[in-house]
This record gives sequence, C-alpha cells and structure tokens, in this order.
Amino acid sequence: MTAAQYQDSSASRLGMAALRGAASYIVPLGVIAVIWQIASLFFPPFLFPSLVDVFWRFISIVTDWSQFVDVLATVLRILAGLAGAFLIGALLAVLMARSRLAHDFLSPALTLFQGIPALSWVVFAIIWFHGIESRIFFIMVMTTLPAFSFQVLGALQGMSRDLTEMVMSFRPSRAKLFTAMIIPAILPDILTAWKVNLGNASRVVVVAELVGATGGVGYQLLQQQQVFDMAGALAWTLQLVVFVLVVQAILTLIEKIAFRYRAVSERAL
Amino acid sequence: MTTNDIEKTAISLEKVSKVFGKAGAGAFTAVDTLDLQVAQGQMLALLGKTGCGKSTIFNMIAGLTEPTKGSVTVDGHDPFRQFDAFRGKMAIVFQGDRLLPWRTAIENVELGLEILGKSNDERRAIAERWLETLGLRGHENDYPHALSGGMRQRVSIARAFATNEPFSALDEMTARKLRAEFVKLVKENGKTAVFITHSINEALEIGDRIVVLKRPANIAIDVLLTPEAKAEKQEVIRGQIQSVLAA
Repeated sequence: MTAAQYQDSSASRLGMAALRGAASYIVPLGVIAVIWQIASLFFPPFLFPSLVDVFWRFISIVTDWSQFVDVLATVLRILAGLAGAFLIGALLAVLMARSRLAHDFLSPALTLFQGIPALSWVVFAIIWFHGIESRIFFIMVMTTLPAFSFQVLGALQGMSRDLTEMVMSFRPSRAKLFTAMIIPAILPDILTAWKVNLGNASRVVVVAELVGATGGVGYQLLQQQQVFDMAGALAWTLQLVVFVLVVQAILTLIEKIAFRYRAVSERAL
Repeated sequence: MTTNDIEKTAISLEKVSKVFGKAGAGAFTAVDTLDLQVAQGQMLALLGKTGCGKSTIFNMIAGLTEPTKGSVTVDGHDPFRQFDAFRGKMAIVFQGDRLLPWRTAIENVELGLEILGKSNDERRAIAERWLETLGLRGHENDYPHALSGGMRQRVSIARAFATNEPFSALDEMTARKLRAEFVKLVKENGKTAVFITHSINEALEIGDRIVVLKRPANIAIDVLLTPEAKAEKQEVIRGQIQSVLAA
C-alpha cells in the first residue's frame, strides 16, 4: 500500500467513524421523537403536544425579544455563577496545593458543601439574601464551587514534576512559570471542569429561578406549569438545552485549537 | 593529579549532607558530609551506582534541592537561596528530553530565552541557529510527539545551550552520539559542566575529571584525566573504579 493509499484509507476510516458517532446521537433522538409524535396523536396536548407545535413555540421565543430576554437572563446567570465559582474555586485550589494546612481545612469543608442538595442552598439563599440576583448567584456559586476546586486541585497536583523542574531550572518569574507551565498543563482539566459544571449549572439555575425570580427560563417554566402548557414547557427547556449544546461546541472547538499538539493514535479509545 | 591542582573553583560543595524525611528511623541520608570542588571549564563525570546520591548532588548544584547541612556554591553564590541570581547562568540537560508537549521544537528552545526577556526576533534567531547546529533544520515547527527520541534529545540540548550560560549539568544520556555532541559544544563554548553517569566507559570517554561516589554519596575516587593519564593509566583507573563499584 502506498502512502497516498494509506492516507485515503485512513481518511475514509475517520469519515466512517464520524458518521457512526453522529448516528449514535441522531438515531436514539429520532426514535424518541417518533414515539413522542405518535403519542401526541392519541393523548391531549397538555400531556404530549405535537413536536411541530413545540418547534414553533421554540422559534417564537427566539424571535420575540420580550421572551428571548428571559433566555438571555438565564444564560447570564449561568455564566456569572460559573465564572464566580471558577475564580473562587481556582483560588482555593491554589491555596490547597500550596499549603497543607489550607488543604486540611478546606478539603473537608468543600466535601461537606458537595453533599448539600441544591434545594437546601435555595432555602439558605432566601433566608440570607434579599436581592433575587444575589440569591441566584450565591446558589450557582455554592453548587458548582466544590467541583471546580477539586478539579483544579487535581490538575495542579497532576502536573508533571519532571517538566516543572525543567522549567524551574531556567529560574522563571512566578508570572512566567504560570504562563509557560502551569496554565498550559492544567488547561485540559479546566476545560473538562467547565464542560461538566455547565451541565450542572443549567440544571441548578432553573431551580434557583423558581424561587422568586421575575424572569428567566425557570420563571417561564413555572408559568407554563400553572397553565398546563406542555408545549411551552418543552420549548423553554429546549432553549437551555440548545444553550448548553452551543457552549459545549465552543469548548470543544477551543480544545481542538488549544490541544492540537496532542498526538492522536488511530487505535485511541 | 588531584583536585588540589585546581586554580579557580566554579562549583563548590563543602561538608554537604542531604537527609530526606524527618530525623529518626524514617530518615534517609542521601549525601554525607561531601566535599567537592569543580574547576572553571572542567568537565566532571560523577560516577556511582544507582541510588548512591548522584541525582541529589545534581539537584543541589542546580538549586532544585536545599542541602540539609553544609554549603553549595556555584560561582560564589548559593544556587538554592539565590535561585533567581542564576537566571541565564545555568542550564541542565536532563536524562529524559523533558520537552513541553504544547510547544513546537523552536518554542521549546526559546523557553530559556523568553525567561531572560529576549525580544521575539532575537530569541527566534538564536533558537533557529541552535536547531541548525544540532541538525534539526526543517523541524522547527514540529511538536515533540512528531519527533524521534534522538531529535527530542537534540532539542533539549539546543534549549540548554541557547541561553549561553557558563554552567551546564548533564543527567544520564543514553545516545552515544548525542553525548559526543554535548561534550563538543561544552568545550567549544568554554563551559563548566557536571555530568552524571553509571557507566565507567562513558566517564572515561567524556570527563576530564572523574569522581566516583559510594553510598551515601561520598567520594571514593577522585582523579583528573589529562590526555596523558587517559592514554597511559586508563586501564588502571578503570580497575580502581570497578573495585569501588563492586564493593
């Protein structure tokens, strides 16, 4: 086999793998959609609305600014909460990595936080805070903070000692050590942490918005529930799902660009 | 000939001990009251069995480990306490290539120059020159995973020499040809170098001084290898080293 033939067969194998990957998502979703659509023929719309109705409700939310602003509010709450949790979590992780005392104190506290249900944080937030936005921000931060802290800590502790010693042998400044070694070394884990926490945050934000918010996807879901509008509930839920998918796609794109240095084996998992 | 003949000391270890772990049963003495001086421009081969403390000495000279007792000085300064003072003055070629996987070959060579604050153009020109010297022209933009083991080791040598520091330290290197290139570059650039090995042949071939260590790191044999000594007494020295290593 010539090199050109080998490359062609490699490309076709990769193409087939991509098709199989796409099919593995599309086929199950398609099956569920078909079952739902059939059910909509036999049940009332408040139980199983037609997917066509759901689609048009979805479009109407996206195209109507007065409704879309609620989606944006939720998106901003998710991003603000994640950013806050990431910054605080990264700071705590650095403290834990540098000091045994800090680690021994913070690690059990964060583990404890991890065990507290999101709904409990909602109750605490209502008691402790007056403003709606501060309540939601607090809930978002507290529910995603432990995961960010432990994931960044794991990344810092997993850094190659050999590579760190090599960089240190050139006597870098703290800033240079950070940009040349620490950030590139922990970036893969940070992006994974964002991907994982994004899903968690999108679930928690709805719960947080149910309590006192006057806008947002959670608030709108509450409205749909009160009028038994299943098509509306699905359309609003899909807004969040699409947001998560878009951000996940952006993070994947960043990974592809930032980690192009990685060798890819054809036998890789 | 002994180290008493040395005129100007570049690296000095005086009564240096290194103990790992807390005092008591768990403590491990890696280096025990070691005295060692390395002359400027000298190529010292540090020889000893695995676990005799060679790497600990190497790390103390590099300023990566602090001695428990005694003093280590390089060019009159403490490499651990005055860590930043050695920026651009000391480079290490490690046993493994230790290339940063997220940097291309040329970006790896530029690392030390970046830390020294050289301009983009200057460091690019220096890095290109060193990669060319080591036969890596055309591979500047390859990531480490795309390079062979030998090429990666050459990049690591280029990275060490690019900053033009007067002291070099070489951890065990397996490729004979690369060792020869390293020695040539050290001599051509008038550097003081310490290299670690557990091969007698390698020490005799490269070093102009051999120090054989016994566990915990202390000097068993210290011999200067002049060209005459290499020609006339090589087998005698080899026998002495073998008897120490066999003990």
